[in-house]
Amino acid sequence: MSISEETVDQVKKLEADKYKYGFVTDIEMETAPKGLNEDIIRFISEKKEEPQWMLEWRLKAYKHWLTMEEPNWAKVGYKKIDYQDLYYYAAPKSMDRPKSLDEVDPELLKTYEKLGIPLKEQELLSGVVAVDAVFDSVSVATTYKAKLTEMGVIFCSISEAVREYPELVKKYLGSVVPHSDNYFSALNCAVFTDGSFVYVPKGLRCPMELSTYFRINAENTGQFERTMIIADEGSYVSYLEGCTAPQRDENQLHAAVVELVALTNAEIKYSTVQNWYPGDETGAGGIYNFVTKRGACRGDNSKISWTQVETGSAVTWKYPSCILQGDNSIGEFYSVAITNNAQQADTGTKMIHLGKNTKSTIISKGISAGRADNTYRGLVKIMPKAEGARNFTQCDSLLIGNTCGAHTVPYIETRNPTARVEHEATTSKISEDQMFYCQQRGLSPEEAVSLIVNGFCKEVMKELPMEFAVEAQKLIGISLEGSVG
Amino acid sequence: MSLLSIRDLHATVGGNEILKGINLEIGPGEIHAVMGPNGSGKSTLSYVLAGREGYEVTRGTIAFKGKDLIDLAADERANEGVFLAFQYPVEVPGVVGMTFLREAYNAKLRYLGKQEIDAMEFLKFVRSRAKTLNMSDDMLKRAVNVGFSGGEKKRNEILQMAVLEPDLAILDETDSGLDIDALKLVSDGVNELRSENHSMLIITHYQRLLNYIQPDHVHVLAHGKIQRSGGKELALELEAKGYAEFSEEAA
Repeated sequence: MSISEETVDQVKKLEADKYKYGFVTDIEMETAPKGLNEDIIRFISEKKEEPQWMLEWRLKAYKHWLTMEEPNWAKVGYKKIDYQDLYYYAAPKSMDRPKSLDEVDPELLKTYEKLGIPLKEQELLSGVVAVDAVFDSVSVATTYKAKLTEMGVIFCSISEAVREYPELVKKYLGSVVPHSDNYFSALNCAVFTDGSFVYVPKGLRCPMELSTYFRINAENTGQFERTMIIADEGSYVSYLEGCTAPQRDENQLHAAVVELVALTNAEIKYSTVQNWYPGDETGAGGIYNFVTKRGACRGDNSKISWTQVETGSAVTWKYPSCILQGDNSIGEFYSVAITNNAQQADTGTKMIHLGKNTKSTIISKGISAGRADNTYRGLVKIMPKAEGARNFTQCDSLLIGNTCGAHTVPYIETRNPTARVEHEATTSKISEDQMFYCQQRGLSPEEAVSLIVNGFCKEVMKELPMEFAVEAQKLIGISLEGSVG
Repeated sequence: MSLLSIRDLHATVGGNEILKGINLEIGPGEIHAVMGPNGSGKSTLSYVLAGREGYEVTRGTIAFKGKDLIDLAADERANEGVFLAFQYPVEVPGVVGMTFLREAYNAKLRYLGKQEIDAMEFLKFVRSRAKTLNMSDDMLKRAVNVGFSGGEKKRNEILQMAVLEPDLAILDETDSGLDIDALKLVSDGVNELRSENHSMLIITHYQRLLNYIQPDHVHVLAHGKIQRSGGKELALELEAKGYAEFSEEAA
């Protein structure tokens, strides 16, 4: 992978509008009353036509949530969230379960077109990517469903999965992230509204990239999506999520849960390009991105790989993790986190080694500019039975300017003497020499920063599926605008 | 008309005056060598011309193709056609040489209001330039200057120069740290580019580079001023007598 001229191109083009996804779709919405109580949860469950067990699970999670306290150990600061001042359900009125794309409100289709996500199949990237589009609390459309169904792949919204495949959902829901796991995930369990569900049958290498595009549109609304991916024995799937939200002065909460299960010899590759609205230069507005993502390598020789490019959100609290249960299973975490202006990110991973000869790799690249704070927080835990476990961790931080911060907080716990754990960390600044060298070759200061940062992130960027790598490169350039000069 | 016209140039670095009234005219296609003892202001002159931050012009003018260069940022000067081959080329980790060069090439095209070049077409162009210079383009597959030997770094600078085709190339001690083979390869490259469209300002401490590249004019820079100018025979004289004379002159 090389850094393309598109990066630089895009930076130039977008100088005027810094966050091009900041528009609002004017569409009639149906919302639940503001606030959170059991009735709201019943309302959501009813809207989704859920079975009784699902409602009970939600209520159990809610009761547990009431006993919990918001975590405060992360190196982030934000205004206290008033959970009674939020809407927990918002759906376009026209979204009363359209049967096909033809019935979807044209206003919504237009929104996704504007975001660069055409939902009409013939307009999609020559059939290599299937998309589930989630707008506020509901899934708008899922493309290529028929084609995928033929192969035995289930790709649908999680609401639909609860109705259509209750046994599968029941078996795996909460099995990786239990309802009591943490404050934000418990809240998600109680009020989750939509998200994607993927099941890949035994022995199948899913020939398409599966992708979910999350859009927050409504005001004062939290988005609580839940995604589940199950890769049955010997299967493979690559999945990508993208996220954007309108530009608003107030903060919005996004508390998602993602659960991955890889059975024997299965592999899941999960990529994220997170571009929620980051707030303005002064720190007003932006998304609180408090997300729990965890994958279980349940079977022997299974593999889960997380790749994330985090450029958006005002505050990020996110630790995509792997539980390496199966012998010889592999967990990977590749991360680029960029914070500019007043953004704060506390992100990293957890690698829990349970099985024999389990391996994990962590490559984290944090870039800070403006007054931003960027923290890598990671846990590598080797349990007593994890004979021959190995981990390699590399955390690199890059600082742009003198007013930002980079922090690395690694936790390493080994309870098996055969474990090998390596941790490397560097912190560097873009040097004046590098800037001058690039400028002397004709690059503007912003083009130079974009090029240098893309080079810094290269090891992670090359893990992204090709279709999205270019997009991610552009994003890096855009999100660092105004960081020099 | 001169391509580059420097008049009474004074410049400071960190508040210290390093250049104290430089006058220099470089015509199209001419090769000028600026020689001088360590600390005479040679590298400062190259940075001032390239527009490096922290190098402040306090008096005088620099006209390039009739334009006032002092008002332009470093990248604008580069795109106007000023190229600096660095004494210490800088590493850019993770950025492949070919990409770096294409970004630079396209930046200039954009500056000139021209269409950017297609990646494949550019690759062909670079290969042909490398071939003319009798250089391999292998190093362009690696990250810019990362893990390069001293000789490779200098060759890389010359290859970049050949691709970017500047009107004026400033070679800042390009010969330093080169063994005789590398020196020859670099000089051959420079001679290959010699034409009426390419002027050069060669900054060097030693005369030996000028055995391979024949300058039209030689200047001696000492104490922030050009003390003497002459033809290539001046370089030989310096080689024989050293710079001692100029330290006395100034004193």
